[in-house]
Amino acid sequence: MELLTNILAAMVVAGTPLLLVALGELICERSGVLNLGQEGMMLMGAVAGFVVALTTGSLAVAVFASVFAGIGMALLFALMAVTLAANQYAAGLALTIFGTGLSAFVGAGFVGESIDGFERVAIPLLSDIPVIGRVLFHQDLLVYFSLVVFAGIWLFLHHSRGGLLLRAVGEDPDAANANGLKVLVVRYLAVAFGGGMAGLAGAYLSLAYTPMWTENMTAGRGWIALALVVFATWRPERVLIGAWLFGAASILHLVLQGLGWRASTELLAMLPYVVTILMLVLLSWNPARTRLNTPLSLGQPYRPGR
Amino acid sequence: MTAALRLKLENIVKEYPGCRANDGIDLTVGAGEIHALLGENGAGKSTLMKVIYGVVQPDEGRMIWNGHPVTVDSPARAREMGIGMVFQHFSLFETLTVAENIALGLPADEARDRRKLDQRIREVSGRYGMALDPRRYVSTLSVGERQRVEIVRCLIQESTLLILDEPTSVLTPQEVTALFATLRQLSSEGCSILFISHKLEEVRSLCHNATVLRQGKVSGDCRPGEVSAADIARLMVGDDTPISTQVSAAQTGDVLLDVRNLGCKSRAPFGTSLTDVNFQLRQGEIVGIAGVAGNGQDELLKALSGEIRADWGEIELDGVRMNALSPGQRRKLGVAIVPEERLGRGAVPGMSLAENALLTASGQDLVGRGMIRFGRVRSFSREVIRRFGVRCIGEDSTAASLSGGNLQKYIIGREALQNPRMLVASHPTWGVDVGSAVAIHEALVALRDEGASILLVSEDLDELFQLCSRIGALCQGRLSPLARTAELSIEQLGEWMAGGFGSAEATHAAA
Repeated sequence: MELLTNILAAMVVAGTPLLLVALGELICERSGVLNLGQEGMMLMGAVAGFVVALTTGSLAVAVFASVFAGIGMALLFALMAVTLAANQYAAGLALTIFGTGLSAFVGAGFVGESIDGFERVAIPLLSDIPVIGRVLFHQDLLVYFSLVVFAGIWLFLHHSRGGLLLRAVGEDPDAANANGLKVLVVRYLAVAFGGGMAGLAGAYLSLAYTPMWTENMTAGRGWIALALVVFATWRPERVLIGAWLFGAASILHLVLQGLGWRASTELLAMLPYVVTILMLVLLSWNPARTRLNTPLSLGQPYRPGR
Repeated sequence: MTAALRLKLENIVKEYPGCRANDGIDLTVGAGEIHALLGENGAGKSTLMKVIYGVVQPDEGRMIWNGHPVTVDSPARAREMGIGMVFQHFSLFETLTVAENIALGLPADEARDRRKLDQRIREVSGRYGMALDPRRYVSTLSVGERQRVEIVRCLIQESTLLILDEPTSVLTPQEVTALFATLRQLSSEGCSILFISHKLEEVRSLCHNATVLRQGKVSGDCRPGEVSAADIARLMVGDDTPISTQVSAAQTGDVLLDVRNLGCKSRAPFGTSLTDVNFQLRQGEIVGIAGVAGNGQDELLKALSGEIRADWGEIELDGVRMNALSPGQRRKLGVAIVPEERLGRGAVPGMSLAENALLTASGQDLVGRGMIRFGRVRSFSREVIRRFGVRCIGEDSTAASLSGGNLQKYIIGREALQNPRMLVASHPTWGVDVGSAVAIHEALVALRDEGASILLVSEDLDELFQLCSRIGALCQGRLSPLARTAELSIEQLGEWMAGGFGSAEATHAAA
């Protein structure tokens, strides 16, 4: 029981950065914009947060720095892909390459430094619930925040006018324009939100998960998030399941090694990626249901007025 | 109709690079008037509509709304003023419900209370005889129902001018009757209607006044009830264009194509699967398939061309089973296809006409030892242009630079010059000017007289009745019996289009 609780708690922690970045990308893609720059934005968020935390000593300020670094990167992308209607794939790839390089450059002097990262904070009463209390309510602030954002996005998409606008723009920007909606404004906001969330995910890595900076510390999570959003068929609840499943699988290989399983570590390290994708492929089996949530205009630049 | 003026346009000019789409247009619509805007494709109807609805800004001219000069700088502004628009290709979101779609067009405070909105939708749709369930997803609605959503949306926004862009092209004759009843009711309550169409009989039965456009200018105003359809057609096309084809009787031969129990799952999301389709095509005849778009026409075309394989049943061409053959193999057997989308499936937009000839005619000795014989490609292409009167600069013009009608003539010519045994043409004259449509019809009839079998899929019932010796209708992936054109009434065909034909027995009885 104790072991299971620990595993589940570790699963949530390992899944959180993925959850944050994937939720951001989900909103962005729902507006019809595919931003392949997640990895770059996360890295910029991670390095900005770490550097600011080290120099100011304030984690709160550091988190803001991360979010703004992510938004800054996203706006750069939006300028190319939304305003100038450049190819979204190329612009996103360029953003990742740019972010990877720039973060390594900025962080070069900070490799090997360490800070005191986010501490766990137990929520009174709730944390006393057996198992669930330890898993969900004895975590750091960013984990709580990720849950709040998840709930917010779920409500936003399905129950608010803003969510309706976002879905409409993502499905058919021409029709949205004919209905008097401001397509480019909606897309800009969605891209910026995605950038902020990617920055926050980066902050989680360098301020909470492993409070330090190393080059390329995101280790492909930005890419996994992109796949996750697609396989989760653009539904936030499936993104949550997928992110935590990924977390569980990445913890599992440590646990299995601890239990003395003899298997190649390389194979075990593949496990999270394989399990997550298999699971989500199975979930997205029904094409009609999938179609209801797919943003049809995804990847297509919109030029108003033609 | 001596009511107050609702909308007055004065000298509207809109210029696009290389073309003056609207060249000094005047138009007046009174309160409660049903006003027709007539004209061929490219006459400037869509541009004028976009000007009124604020999608584009005119270069010159004034717009006067209820007696006040106005500038409409966006669709949102047009809505506020009370101008509602029902688009030909609906501006609805398939993944949202009816109520959500309507809520999108309303101010935030009116859309907040969903229950109240549902109530209003039911009320308005009930009052005008257009039953709608606000909770259904648009993707599950038929085309006619989608149109109702668009109209109800305009009504809920309290539009006092309703613009309908070719609203009947997607409806069965019965649905058209119901729509007209609704429009007359609206008009009697004071709502003005601008009715854009090229179906003259409909305009004559519905509209009080008509304005006819030709090449960006007003070529005439008339009271459509008081003049003949031929007079209006003259105003539309000018004096020097033939407006219809004389079609001789067909000399039919042996059965060429035999389709038995064809079933085919649709590969497209929300597509229609074919179920138990049976028909035969004889040499030297044109068979017409009517039906509202999205009832399996696309799937039938693809199943015949080989783009998708049949899941059940048999397709035989002159005794050869074609089920497992690829599109290329079928083409070698003499099957030619003219798909609905001219740009994208019928031709590659950015390539020259000569290069586009290679797309389907590579078997005409245009390729040798794996290399393209450019000389022959160009002469083949020139031959198509000459024989079918394609208006273009030459065989090096890109496909995208041609008008719809001219490109369609080229595509049909390209197939016809290969002497196909069977031609499947989907909506060949859709969006084509009258002159080109006549040329296309003549080409089809000529091909028929050479002994080819032609399957003509079309939404234009006049075209079907004019050209075909037998006609059937597709509804939800099922094919009605095929009846001889002379013995088929338009009401009967309308019922078939709405699915009013028996099950397998009826189909067999006719086959």
